[in-house]
Amino acid sequence: MLNKIIKTVVICTLMVTLGGCELALFDPKGPVGEQAKLLIIISVALMLIVIIPVIFMTFYFPYKYRTSNKKAVYKPHWEHSTKIELIVWLVPCLIVIALAIVTYQTSHSLDPRKPLGKDEDTVTIQVVALDWKWLFIYPEQQIATINEIAIPVNKPIEFLITSDTVMNSFFIPRLGSQIYAMAGMENRLNLMASEQGVFRGMSANYSGFGFSGMKFKTHALDQVGFEQWISKVKRSPLKLDEKMYQMLSKKTKDHAIQHFHDVDPLHFKKTIEKYTGVQSGK
Amino acid sequence: MVNKATIITDPDSLTGKLTWDSIPLHDPVILPVMIAVILGGLALLILITKMGKWQYLWDEWFTSVDHKKIGIMYIIAAIVMLIRGFSDALMMRAQQAFATADSVGAGFLPPEHYDQIFTAHGVIMIFFVAMPLVVGLMNIVVPLQIGARDVAFPFLNSLSFWLFVVGAILINISLFLGEFAATGWLAYPPLSGIEYSPWVGVDYWLWALQISGIGTLLTGVNFFVTILRMRAPGMKLMQMPVFTWTSLCANVLIIASFPILTVTLTLLTLDRYIGTHFFTNDLGGNQMMYVNLIWAWGHPEVYILILPAFGIFSEITATFSRKRLFGYTSLVWATAAIMVLAMVVWLHHFFTMGAGASVNAFFGIATMIISIPTGVKIFNWLFTMYKGRVEFTASMWWTCSFLFTFTIGGMTGVMLAIPAADFVLHNSLFLIAHFHNVIIGGSVFGYFAGMTYWFSKATGFTLDENLGKIACALWTVGFFFAFMPLYILGFNGMTRRLNYYDNPDWAPMLWIAAFGAMIIFAGILVQLYQIYISIRDRNKNRDLTGDPWNGRTLEWTTSSPPPFYNFAIMPKIHDRDEHYYKKEHGIAYEKPDKYAPIHMPKNTWAGIVISGFSLIMGFACIWHIWWMAIFGFVGIVASWIIYSFERNKDYYVQVNEIEKIESAHLADIAEYHPISKAQS
Repeated sequence: MLNKIIKTVVICTLMVTLGGCELALFDPKGPVGEQAKLLIIISVALMLIVIIPVIFMTFYFPYKYRTSNKKAVYKPHWEHSTKIELIVWLVPCLIVIALAIVTYQTSHSLDPRKPLGKDEDTVTIQVVALDWKWLFIYPEQQIATINEIAIPVNKPIEFLITSDTVMNSFFIPRLGSQIYAMAGMENRLNLMASEQGVFRGMSANYSGFGFSGMKFKTHALDQVGFEQWISKVKRSPLKLDEKMYQMLSKKTKDHAIQHFHDVDPLHFKKTIEKYTGVQSGK
Repeated sequence: MVNKATIITDPDSLTGKLTWDSIPLHDPVILPVMIAVILGGLALLILITKMGKWQYLWDEWFTSVDHKKIGIMYIIAAIVMLIRGFSDALMMRAQQAFATADSVGAGFLPPEHYDQIFTAHGVIMIFFVAMPLVVGLMNIVVPLQIGARDVAFPFLNSLSFWLFVVGAILINISLFLGEFAATGWLAYPPLSGIEYSPWVGVDYWLWALQISGIGTLLTGVNFFVTILRMRAPGMKLMQMPVFTWTSLCANVLIIASFPILTVTLTLLTLDRYIGTHFFTNDLGGNQMMYVNLIWAWGHPEVYILILPAFGIFSEITATFSRKRLFGYTSLVWATAAIMVLAMVVWLHHFFTMGAGASVNAFFGIATMIISIPTGVKIFNWLFTMYKGRVEFTASMWWTCSFLFTFTIGGMTGVMLAIPAADFVLHNSLFLIAHFHNVIIGGSVFGYFAGMTYWFSKATGFTLDENLGKIACALWTVGFFFAFMPLYILGFNGMTRRLNYYDNPDWAPMLWIAAFGAMIIFAGILVQLYQIYISIRDRNKNRDLTGDPWNGRTLEWTTSSPPPFYNFAIMPKIHDRDEHYYKKEHGIAYEKPDKYAPIHMPKNTWAGIVISGFSLIMGFACIWHIWWMAIFGFVGIVASWIIYSFERNKDYYVQVNEIEKIESAHLADIAEYHPISKAQS
């Protein structure tokens, strides 16, 4: 048993150190994730300027000045040095200033609301968090799906996100940022895929007993594939009407993927206004 | 599982929502625990009765207003709750280690149970383990460090402790009667609202936190006044030991932030009980308000936990480097800076809520600025060791382990403070790894170091050093095995609070994490064994001089444990390291010319009785048993009124009694020769 554990530990350590590049956040498939990865690397590099000397001193000082080392200098009353104080305040200050500049810039450049391209290229997907599944509406194509989306690569995608239940967080790790889904409110998240593939999406904010099954697939396809997918959804016999939505709003765990060939284009707006009290069109 | 929401209760029932179905007899995990706890509890009660110890416990402990005894009771309660909270942790790690599957049903815990476990784990570890450890150490040490005979409000101190116990009892009742919240430890609405959590779990959470939170607020006021008003003559603010300074700042944060918690809990209570709409989805409720409020309390809270730990490390580093603390002034200013900044960074817990870029940037940068004074502190400890004579006692082991571990946690904290990076790391296991990194590697290691360091001050004998070092090694190694994989899983897109997952890539890391949790478990077992061995061999380890470590600050001038009045004569303060100064100048342990009677507070029944009625009221409110809630409330008010009319609250210790106690201590000193002159 012990052998097995040790073996697993060794193998896993190797896997991590050698296979680190396979981690979702370090293998992003879109520009937002790409920049987030860069940001993580830059910030770590900046901090290592202080962290490495600190860790070195953490080992070296106690070792060098151990009681048994009588050769080391001993100054029991030494308690102040302006030079050291200046360094330990100034160096972290400089690093934080550098980090602050990076932070300010990236907070704006990676603002989830910021469009990633021209309006006319952008594909809009409306997202509604339900218990415990994701409803996606393509308002232009007038289709809807549960727990599955397709997006064209290299096209800006704008997600409009709300919830018809408790708080959730909409997150596709390989594409980048996440944002909360809250009832009565619309959050915006702009993402883009730069490679084809199937990426995991999930709720990143705990929302109740079915939370672990609240995941969806993201198919990043070329333009042709995307259009084929749309027409596949259009061929679905199901329609997202009021009755169907009532059924979807019920609590279900591990809800299967579903496609709907038609949907009320105002459905998303109505879902929000249900809570804010404004009636659309009246 | 019975669907709890469908249990119909008769509104006119005398037992409110409580029915026989509320006892989870059908649950294979809970039932054996329940039987064990009931049998164990009964055995304990019978044992106490047989030994005839009830009178002793009541007179000497339960009604005590002695800060040292209250401190010990806090720490004992914390250790009991640590075992409960850690069992939750082991169950979570075991569940996730085996929970690879496409759909619900993987592992051994269904989400209905698992979700209560992770909620309970967080709530217990923060409120009922970390908080009592901090408050317990403050209780034992702060009055001794400032030369006070007790805290400013001894009765309130007893009340604080018993209110905290009420919270802990309520949480434990929830295990066997009803359910606990399954909402995550901060119970975000609308999930914690009555619509989505209709049964009693969230109510347990609300009342346990509300009652113990009021206790904590009273502690904050108490220690704030004690430190500012009751220092020994001559002790200027800038001569206070660093632990007292960090405790002062922590108590300022308690006073500033706990009222926010009280109000937030009250608003959620109103939403759940009388149908208001502060945090509901509809009718003008605003869940974002709750999240802001709870973190406006929650962020200062983590600094309440870490600042005293920083103080502990400062004391230990100076003592065992045999050297004055490097950069005392900047350390104090760094602490004060952290205290102020702690109040203005709360939004970094929810960058992903959708605030504007500039708002996020402000809070992100404010958060990073905290790393500057924190970094300065680390340098101060390092330069205290520099040109010292570092002695590797068990408490120094914890300190060195902290320096290394906490530095890593600080770095990952700054990563999370960058909003654009947080957008991919938020709510992932990276976040979990980060805060365990700073709470275990920072706060908890600090409390263990402090417990080792001051153990003899509380009990009169020291803890076994070798077992302490083994425990430290196991905790450190276990920590890295348990949480480094979680950093990696966070990078791999695994989010927190998952009951099962369909990504087999995550499994190996979770096995390592579970293995790490087992090592930490071994560390805890060694600590329990260490306490047992140390009590068994107490005569061998007895600290007869009161100064086992060649200490520097005022608490080491007293005997171990100190007499109930702490100081026979109010010490006059000459120096920041007062005890070291006296040893150096050969004026330590001088017999004063004469003693004077000492004014002391009497023990009181009021703290435990008022808390007892609070328990009845809290329990009744949880189960909607209104007659009982009214009974509890009337009991609280009535006992408070009766107590306030009591005149016999204090007394004078007579000179001959003081004389007797002090001569015994001085005789011990003469016989056992403490290091009466400091090494030079």
